[in-house]
Amino acid sequence: MPEIKVTPLGAGQDVGRSCILVSIGGKNIMLDCGMHMGYNDDRRFPDFSYITQNGRLTEFLDCVIISHFHLDHCGALPYMSEMVGYDGPIYMTHPTKAICPILLEDFRKITVDKKGETNFFTSQMIKDCMKKVIPLNLHQTVQVDDELEIKAYYAGHVLGAAMVHIKVGSESVVYTGDYNMTPDRHLGAAWIDKCRPDILISESTYATTIRDSKRCRERDFLKKVHETIERGGKVLIPVFALGRAQELCILLETFWERMNLKAPIYFSTGLTEKANHYYKLFITWTNQKIRKTFVQRNMFEFKHIKAFDRSYADNPGPMVVFATPGMLHAGQSLQIFKKWAGNEKNMVIMPGYCVQGTIGHKILNGQRKLEMEGRATLDVKLQVEYMSFSAHADAKGIMQLIRMAEPRNMLLVHGEAAKMEFLKGKIEQEFNINCYMPANGETETVTTNPSVPVDISLNLLKREMALGGPLPDTKKPRTMHGTLIMKENSLRLVSPEQALKELGLNEHQLRFTCRVQLQDPHSDSDTLHRIYTHLKSVLKGYTIQHLPDSTVMVESIVIKLSSSAEDPNTKVLLLSWSYQVIDLSYSQLLLNIRKKLTCSR
Amino acid sequence: MKLYCLSGHPTLPCNVLKFKSTTIMLDCGLDTTSVLNFLPLPLVHSPRLSKLPGWVSKDGTVNLEKKELLDLSTIDVILISNYHCMMALPYITEHTGFTGTVYATEPTLQIGRLLMEELVNFMERVPKAQSATCWKNKEIQRMLPGPLKDAVEVWTWKRCYSMQEVNSALSKVQLVGYSQKVELFGAVQVSPLSSGYSLGSSNWIIQSHHEKVAYVSGSSLLTTHPQPMDQSSLKNSDVLILTGLTQMPTANPDGMLGDFCSNLAMTIRAGGNVLVPCYSSGVIYDLLECLYQFIESASLGTTPFYFISPVANSSLEFSQIFAEWLCHNKQSKVYLPEPPFPHAELIQTNKLKHYPSIHGDFSSEFRQPCVVFTGHPSLRFGDVVHFMELWGKSSLNTIIFTEPDFSYLDALAPYQPLAMKCVYCPIDTRLNFHQVSKLLKEVQPLHVVCPEQYTQPPPSQSHRSDLMLELQPPPMPYRRCSVLSLPFRRRYERIHLLPELANSLVPSEIKPGISVATVSAVLHSKDNKHTLQSVPKPPPVPPTKKRKRVIEEPPEVLAPKPLLSGAVPLEAFLATLHKHGITEVKVEETADGHILHLQAEDTLIQLEEDGTHIVCDNNEPLRTTLRDLVLRFLQKL
Repeated sequence: MPEIKVTPLGAGQDVGRSCILVSIGGKNIMLDCGMHMGYNDDRRFPDFSYITQNGRLTEFLDCVIISHFHLDHCGALPYMSEMVGYDGPIYMTHPTKAICPILLEDFRKITVDKKGETNFFTSQMIKDCMKKVIPLNLHQTVQVDDELEIKAYYAGHVLGAAMVHIKVGSESVVYTGDYNMTPDRHLGAAWIDKCRPDILISESTYATTIRDSKRCRERDFLKKVHETIERGGKVLIPVFALGRAQELCILLETFWERMNLKAPIYFSTGLTEKANHYYKLFITWTNQKIRKTFVQRNMFEFKHIKAFDRSYADNPGPMVVFATPGMLHAGQSLQIFKKWAGNEKNMVIMPGYCVQGTIGHKILNGQRKLEMEGRATLDVKLQVEYMSFSAHADAKGIMQLIRMAEPRNMLLVHGEAAKMEFLKGKIEQEFNINCYMPANGETETVTTNPSVPVDISLNLLKREMALGGPLPDTKKPRTMHGTLIMKENSLRLVSPEQALKELGLNEHQLRFTCRVQLQDPHSDSDTLHRIYTHLKSVLKGYTIQHLPDSTVMVESIVIKLSSSAEDPNTKVLLLSWSYQVIDLSYSQLLLNIRKKLTCSR
Repeated sequence: MKLYCLSGHPTLPCNVLKFKSTTIMLDCGLDTTSVLNFLPLPLVHSPRLSKLPGWVSKDGTVNLEKKELLDLSTIDVILISNYHCMMALPYITEHTGFTGTVYATEPTLQIGRLLMEELVNFMERVPKAQSATCWKNKEIQRMLPGPLKDAVEVWTWKRCYSMQEVNSALSKVQLVGYSQKVELFGAVQVSPLSSGYSLGSSNWIIQSHHEKVAYVSGSSLLTTHPQPMDQSSLKNSDVLILTGLTQMPTANPDGMLGDFCSNLAMTIRAGGNVLVPCYSSGVIYDLLECLYQFIESASLGTTPFYFISPVANSSLEFSQIFAEWLCHNKQSKVYLPEPPFPHAELIQTNKLKHYPSIHGDFSSEFRQPCVVFTGHPSLRFGDVVHFMELWGKSSLNTIIFTEPDFSYLDALAPYQPLAMKCVYCPIDTRLNFHQVSKLLKEVQPLHVVCPEQYTQPPPSQSHRSDLMLELQPPPMPYRRCSVLSLPFRRRYERIHLLPELANSLVPSEIKPGISVATVSAVLHSKDNKHTLQSVPKPPPVPPTKKRKRVIEEPPEVLAPKPLLSGAVPLEAFLATLHKHGITEVKVEETADGHILHLQAEDTLIQLEEDGTHIVCDNNEPLRTTLRDLVLRFLQKL
């Protein structure tokens, strides 16, 4: 039995360093190659030694597919390809290919230049790695080799995020990466067709949450910002340069316009200008509304949002500042936070998930005294708000995707074990399919039962379809009969006659003749005629012929009559038929004749 | 499989393919050359034009290709290869009962929409006081003067569609990406391939598991802005329908581009204006890119470039967002991130300005000498009409024709006498005959179907035998209204054996490397997909106590018996008979084999090379035994 094996090297009952190995139809595929934000040691990257203890990965992997540009999905890519060693194809969408190297370079700078780590990938390695990338278009069927094909679907989560359908023969797997089933301010909703994969590998970040409508969260967010501005406070929104930042910018921009607000909005420098440019050039990846109006008004050209300068932080009066990075663990957002933390009029809004150990995580847990470098402490007086703007599918969204794709099995990754357990129960109950949730390094094996594609001769098929009538009769199934010829790699189903001819074989005729003696006073031809008329009246629906050479044919059964020389009343009835006759059994026929005529052995 | 050819225009094709119960329209190009029979539609009242004798154009006409050949409402899908080949879409999908789907790539849809919008706008902003159609009547047309009398099939000339019809038609478009496999009714798979001619332009593969038709329309091997042509996927097709070759087989696009630049520079230096009648998308991007590199070296840095069209802004903006559809160089620019086309910089530095029309801002900001890109290339409508009137009288000015669709002499006819200089630099990047014969050698289609124009040299250059297709076997030519039977013999169809059935098969090796298995199964056909599953066992009759009388055995499902092959060897057969207690056998040799007389049973068995005949009394058990013994020696198919 063919089987599909799935082994998460990362993201198995965990969030971070997504890396899932899939073996399907003899092909090995790596899905995502991410890093873990919460660790600084070896656990940061997936354990590639699982694939091979020594040497390069090229010969063990047929391809690598990256779902989107978040570092927990692509952060280990240069390490994997350049330091461990992989020269095969890496697939990702155009926006991911564009943005991924920038984030990797950023990540490298923080790790190597700021934290002083050695033994890390270099800028050159990022470049070399990106050279191995083959861009994917949505819905394009890419033939990795003769057997393996992949197809990308829109996932919504961030610009360029994709789900992939991986197919070998008639077996297939869908990997979602991170996805979002509700459209937001700048991106559309994930979509997939009814591809009925053997396994659907889905993220499950929000496995247990059913979020309220996005509108409410947006209104809340705007209300809080507005109130703070009204009372002259400053609002800090720590974000990552790409993704949520653009959504919140669009939100604030339209709000400012509508309310005619004058307070300045700043976006911390660096990536931002560039980031907005990516959004402008990849506008086809955003949602319908933005795409439709971009000629008149490009949503990513902000009127009210200006570049930030570090001196502005001390300006008096209200302002809103978007600053990187998103978890307040370093950089400009942390500097501004330190400056503003002491004033209760100010506010910090955390729009996304914060990893343990970061300042963002601490203040969200209500910590009000923070220890800074050099034993200084920081009193946090400003208001701390958390708003979930992460674009992940919630429980409802995950169920919705299952309904869309109709998988035969489900496999959860990228979530917390306890939450997965809950969702697994729900899925198994509602869809009656198996749901798996392997931990890192654990292999889940799913047996598939693919049907066998065969070429049928058109003559045979047409004949069958004509006989079967337009609608199949479920009560009386018609059996068709054919011969499957297996030659080299081809499987062909043809009619037995054609098979004989093709294989150059002679047909062997097997015939039976049965002699029966009857007593009948009539002449031979009369008896035969009586048999004929009788059969004709009894066997409705059969072709019965009286041939001139004094034979009667019932379908293809031949009936002949002769009388013995001694006794003209004793007739010998000869019934002759070939092995293949099925329409009418000869005993049935005989029974009928006997009823009419007296007969004896 | 049949091909209905609704258009005789080789570059604006419209064919309908009937393939495995699907009806597929391949492109619907709109031949607008008939507008040359009309007078220009001026934006501003022109005393000169209105005083010209002859027929005054009443309706913005366009020529709809013949549709009597088949009922348009039966068309299941329309495949669009590029935005020039979809301009007749509203005529096909609106008011015809069409209920199908149109497939096109995103750039094709967006730019196609712009071109239609522009056409409608050009027509609607100069409304006619009256319109006449009676003249199309044959009897009246016969008495009309001049070329109108000779115009063929004027009754097919239609009024231009409205924006509402355009929107409705385009709402039927479903977007596809290159190499996307689209299933049509489970019977046929279609998939667009990059054709390298324009943004989002595609060739199409129409295939089932055993047949493949390639539709090649408007392809280019030159490196301009679009993604390069995908040639390898065209391989192994049974039929290749070839349309949209270059209309200017003798003009080298690179040379023309050079001529274009030098003529432009010469005119500007002499203080004249340059008018470039062009479409709002396509080659204009390449012209602008070329000028971007050229203006510095030719010190034209201060000359303003104007692009005037209702859709100028949209066209320029749209060109920048289709990174996926661009050539590799342009794609890598987007990764930086920089706009893929340099006209963004021209706009930023104010060297290129775009306006929706000559009215409004343009009239106040307009400076001469300048270069104006505007439509329509036929010179019959659009802002270009105004510039012809404005600049035609001065010999300082130059008009440079770059679009190959219209004869420039015919286009200029109503403006004669003309002092303005005319330069003809048609740029047609589509495949030329040399390239196409190389391509066909590469992809090896079994048969080629093409417009009849391609099977002979152009009439003006009848000695140039290199300007035609020469193939072995010769291509099948078509003309307007032809119905071709494509040389196809479908012999196989894909069917799936369900796993349960597949597992139950018992293959036996007949010859080395060839095995056969007898398949008895139930056929299920749904949505043109066929599966075979095992014969279901009859459900066990539930034991009912009420029914006392003996239930008649349901007649056993009669499985067809296999064909037999091989021969029954005499000695081995006798031994087997012996084993089964049949010992008294008299063997008699005959011409073809042997007759075995089973004396105790009074039964004859006739054994021959290709047949066995068992003659016995009405003794069913004996007959069955003998049958099974014989079958042991035979192969069953």
